[in-house]
Amino acid sequence: MSSKRPAPLKRAGRTLKVRDKYGPAVISVTSVLIVTLIIRAAVVHAQQWPRIKAQFFSMKAIIEVFPNVLKGFGINMSIWAVSLVVIALWALLLAVFRSLHGPWFAPLRVFSIVYIDLFRGLPSLLLVLLFGFGVPALQIPGLPRTSLFWGSAALIMSYSAYAAEVYRSGIDAVHTGQRTAAKALGLSQWQTLYYCILPQAVRNVIPSLLNLAVALQKDVALLSVLGIRDAVREAQIYTARTFNYSSLIAAAALFLAATIPMARLTDYIAKKDRERRLQGAV
Amino acid sequence: MPKIEISHLTKYYGRKLVLKDISLNVEEHEVVCLIGSSGSGKSTLLRCINDLVPFEYGSIKLDGVSIYDSGFDVRDLYKRIGIVFQAYNLFPHMTVLDNITLAPRKVHHTAKRKSEAYARELLSLFALGDFADSYPEQLSGGQQQRVAIVRAMVNRPEVLLLDEVTAALDPELIGDVLAVIKDLRKKGMTMLIVTHEMGFARDVADRVCFLDGGKILEEAPPDQLFQNPRNPRTRQFLQRIIEAGRL
Ligand SMILES: Nc1ncnc2c1ncn2[C@@H]1O[C@H](COP(=O)(O)OP(=O)(O)O)[C@@H](O)[C@H]1O
Ligand SMILES: [Mg+2]
Repeated sequence: MSSKRPAPLKRAGRTLKVRDKYGPAVISVTSVLIVTLIIRAAVVHAQQWPRIKAQFFSMKAIIEVFPNVLKGFGINMSIWAVSLVVIALWALLLAVFRSLHGPWFAPLRVFSIVYIDLFRGLPSLLLVLLFGFGVPALQIPGLPRTSLFWGSAALIMSYSAYAAEVYRSGIDAVHTGQRTAAKALGLSQWQTLYYCILPQAVRNVIPSLLNLAVALQKDVALLSVLGIRDAVREAQIYTARTFNYSSLIAAAALFLAATIPMARLTDYIAKKDRERRLQGAV
Repeated sequence: MPKIEISHLTKYYGRKLVLKDISLNVEEHEVVCLIGSSGSGKSTLLRCINDLVPFEYGSIKLDGVSIYDSGFDVRDLYKRIGIVFQAYNLFPHMTVLDNITLAPRKVHHTAKRKSEAYARELLSLFALGDFADSYPEQLSGGQQQRVAIVRAMVNRPEVLLLDEVTAALDPELIGDVLAVIKDLRKKGMTMLIVTHEMGFARDVADRVCFLDGGKILEEAPPDQLFQNPRNPRTRQFLQRIIEAGRL
């Protein structure tokens, strides 16, 4: 049980030279650079390149449209941030409902199962259209009527179903001995979940949740079909006016600037998490 | 009146009969060891006693009151009977101190200061004083198991159930844990111990019960049971243990 990991083997009698230490990195960087330059040369020298450049990479168009696209992207990011918080909490609640034992909680369990099946089974775009256009059209008194609100609600409902399943896998992965121990100490079902199970479950699934967060960041663009002036919508407006697609490239660059760091962060956290598990493994 | 009185206990897992008409009394300050091969129902018997699993027939009484009595508060039961498991089952995301004080604070509503003071006292008693703020994974298996014993002791239970508490430990770590249990015995703790350490059972037990196929086949003082087993199945079991070099 207390077995320690073997110390890394020393390379027999050889100390690392500068060449050994930096050699691989230098080779990687140069090879990537060479390949990039070759591709670039091929593209730039192609006959169609000037047209492609004018259509997609016109600096003038990009500079012109950038303020609007950036403003739109701000809307993407705010919808994203608010949705994330709501999803994280609502999905956790759904997962907890589903994991409750006992006949009294059957309604909550059934609700959670039906909800997850339903919202995981429907395309997000369909939900966005249905809620974003449909619900405001009903003009129900007392409910918000903006498509921004209901479009975001559709995204939240859809993503909560996935996130709930992620949480549930985390809850299931906590060893049954933990529940038994908590029960034997006299903790109630709620206390067991709150103090013992959920902290471990959430820690287990943070990498998977971050993956979902990255996916959501892109899917917020779906709301542009409702006429919400997010980055994609702003870019489209420009394209419709000028028949130039550089504005979409500008939006693309903004999305990449946001998602790539998130993806790296996810990788990093997942790696830390793996290391932690290996250390804790007995 | 016996501290624990088990009569005609019968337990099924689904349709599988796991405990068959078990009757056993444990007196106050008595130490009873349960031995028997794997799957004979030892763990299940312990889990029935503190209501971790339900049983179908028979009764279990603590100080003469059935644990299924409507007047018996389950929290009271978990407070009065502590249990320690083979796999320690400490909470990995809590420090040693939080592991120990969780139940006193959240279940029994003891003030944090008070429960921590008592927890620290117990920890130093068990030679774990330096580890209050460590996390379980930073401790050796033997230390973790001793923490688990402290966690069970912090509610001042009247009875302690121990389920193969040394089975998961490296041999050199077993001694420390057994010493702790012997110490508890000296202090008069009533204990029901499932163990594969026959030498330890002989030392510590007032009585030894041999469980086989969900039944208690033989029950006797250790000297008699180990030297002069009456039941052929007991003899067979002990023979196998001796061959495995555990006696
Ligand atoms: N949760 C469970 N569900 C179904 N069967 C179980 C469960 N726990 C134990 N059993 C069965 O009950 C029998 C007794 O198990 P157990 O009490 O763990 O034995 P021991 O502790 O003596 O090894 C075994 O046959 C085992 O397979
Ligand atoms: Mg067992």
